[in-house]
Amino acid sequence: MQFGIFSVSDVTTDPTTGRTPDDTERVRNMLTIARHADEAGLDVFATGEHHNPPFVASSPTTMLGYLAGVTKHITLSTATTLITTNDPVRLAEEYAMLQVISDGRMDLMMGRGNTGPVYPWFGQDIRQGIPLAVENYALLRRLWTEDVVDWEGKFRTPLQGFTSTPRPLDGVPPFVWHGSIRSPEIAEQAAFYGDGFLHNNIFWPMHHTRQMVRFYRQRFEHYGHGRADQAIVGLGGQVFMRKRSQDAWNEFRPYFDEAPVYGHGPSMEDFTRETPLTVGSPQQVIDRYASFVDEVGYYQRQLFLLDHAGLPLKTVLEQIDLLAEDVVPELRKIVEAKRPADDVPLNPPTHAERVAAARAAGEAGATHVGDTSDPYTGTVAEGTRPAAPATAQQEARA
Amino acid sequence: MTIPNTPGERTLAVVSAGLSQPSSTRLLADRLADATVRELEDLGHTVRVETVELRDVAHAVVDAMLTRFPTGDLARALEHVTGADGLIAVSPVFTTSYSGLFKSFWDVVDPDSLTGMPVLLGATGGTARHSLALEYAMRPLFTYLRADVVPTSVFAATDDWAASADDPAAGLPRRIGRAGRELAQRVDRSRNAGPVDPFAATPSFTELLGGS
Repeated sequence: MQFGIFSVSDVTTDPTTGRTPDDTERVRNMLTIARHADEAGLDVFATGEHHNPPFVASSPTTMLGYLAGVTKHITLSTATTLITTNDPVRLAEEYAMLQVISDGRMDLMMGRGNTGPVYPWFGQDIRQGIPLAVENYALLRRLWTEDVVDWEGKFRTPLQGFTSTPRPLDGVPPFVWHGSIRSPEIAEQAAFYGDGFLHNNIFWPMHHTRQMVRFYRQRFEHYGHGRADQAIVGLGGQVFMRKRSQDAWNEFRPYFDEAPVYGHGPSMEDFTRETPLTVGSPQQVIDRYASFVDEVGYYQRQLFLLDHAGLPLKTVLEQIDLLAEDVVPELRKIVEAKRPADDVPLNPPTHAERVAAARAAGEAGATHVGDTSDPYTGTVAEGTRPAAPATAQQEARA
Repeated sequence: MTIPNTPGERTLAVVSAGLSQPSSTRLLADRLADATVRELEDLGHTVRVETVELRDVAHAVVDAMLTRFPTGDLARALEHVTGADGLIAVSPVFTTSYSGLFKSFWDVVDPDSLTGMPVLLGATGGTARHSLALEYAMRPLFTYLRADVVPTSVFAATDDWAASADDPAAGLPRRIGRAGRELAQRVDRSRNAGPVDPFAATPSFTELLGGS
């Protein structure tokens, strides 16, 4: 099982000091957090995508591209990439570019976004959220798997003879997750394609998560991608730890009480009982999160929200260390022992595994679509065609 | 949502938004429930009554508005209400309308879950001058929720509790009786088939791809 962190990138006043970082500081903190997670040995860093204050993560591939260059092992991902309001053509290009730059050390998670005004800002309508997610993702897949795409749909300008570049690394697109909290349609979509499904349950009771994951697993099997227990599942999580449980409660409570999502609502006692939020010692986190496998079956990725609600950078880095040193090794041992069979994937597929599988199935695509492919499609600019005389000219010059 | 009548068990949910204890709102709610139960029993049904005092789940209602999921007793209360065959909803009139707690409760109920449900409305207030709040505030709320609201709604002012049953100006017991009869007639004819299973109702992906 992979363990990682995901960030919503909120700029929130630290309620204990009254200090608010500016956008630049928050972005730089996220970079520090991601690098620290890599050095600490966590498996995944995922950034959210938002287009409204107080969030700063508007440009995920810029951030992840930089992180690809300065980290070594950590898988870079998103939580989530807006499949509704982004142009799928731009997503195909940007994430193929990230895939190449990171040498395949990435995947991404599709989400619809639930902020009403973001849709009209990007020319869309939130009431069309599901149809947008369905059509845009169908196009995105074609752009990654087909060299030249003719396409017409309801939500964007038609494409004739379009080639998205760079072509995916080794001709195999990135692994895709779909995240949804409440919509079975998205679990259905993930199952149809055999993609991963992540239920971000951080604000939800486990019985709801269990239903959604069960549905996804059943549909994954229905569409012939394998047995239900072989489907690729991820969960969200939220923890605050100190070596002594009472220290964790005392330190986190002011952040909880003022937090943007649940602040001024339920008590921390109620919320920790009803949702996966766990405040306490590393052992308490291990005990709680080890039980989730019993609820949803063995799953492949557990993400934690650590940097939010105005927690200072230093505290977040300490939380990463506690997670990496005092929780993950033991938690991994416990949950991986509960894997029901050897042919249930231990982790989400890596790029290398996907390449091997695609080649075995004869499905790996081209890594370049160029001027020799088809001069009649119009995919080649006039000036570069034909190739042979240009080469001859170069030779003549030499 | 409704299936043909067969005599048998019916469930009646009673939602009372009174804040004091004891509360005249709860008193009216109980009277309306008793009248309805009597009528249903005459029609051959056995009736189970589930009463929800909103005061008991007031904190949870606000939490649910902030977190978007109901917890504990509130989750059970919502199941009782949305799973009932008939509903009696009673609020005190505060500042020209139903109480804020009453509205907040309906704000956390799935708006589709009351479609077609037989509903009897009641309200309480200091004087009869507030009685039309039932018609300009409460009834439109349940009309929006596509509930089947019975024609008689019952307002009980302080004076009504002391008026003679025969007093044509007041006649609270008579109005309670008529309202209970109207609700019973509707509940007699219909049963709650339960909530729609969101998973069973999810279109297959080929349908989703085909355009929706």
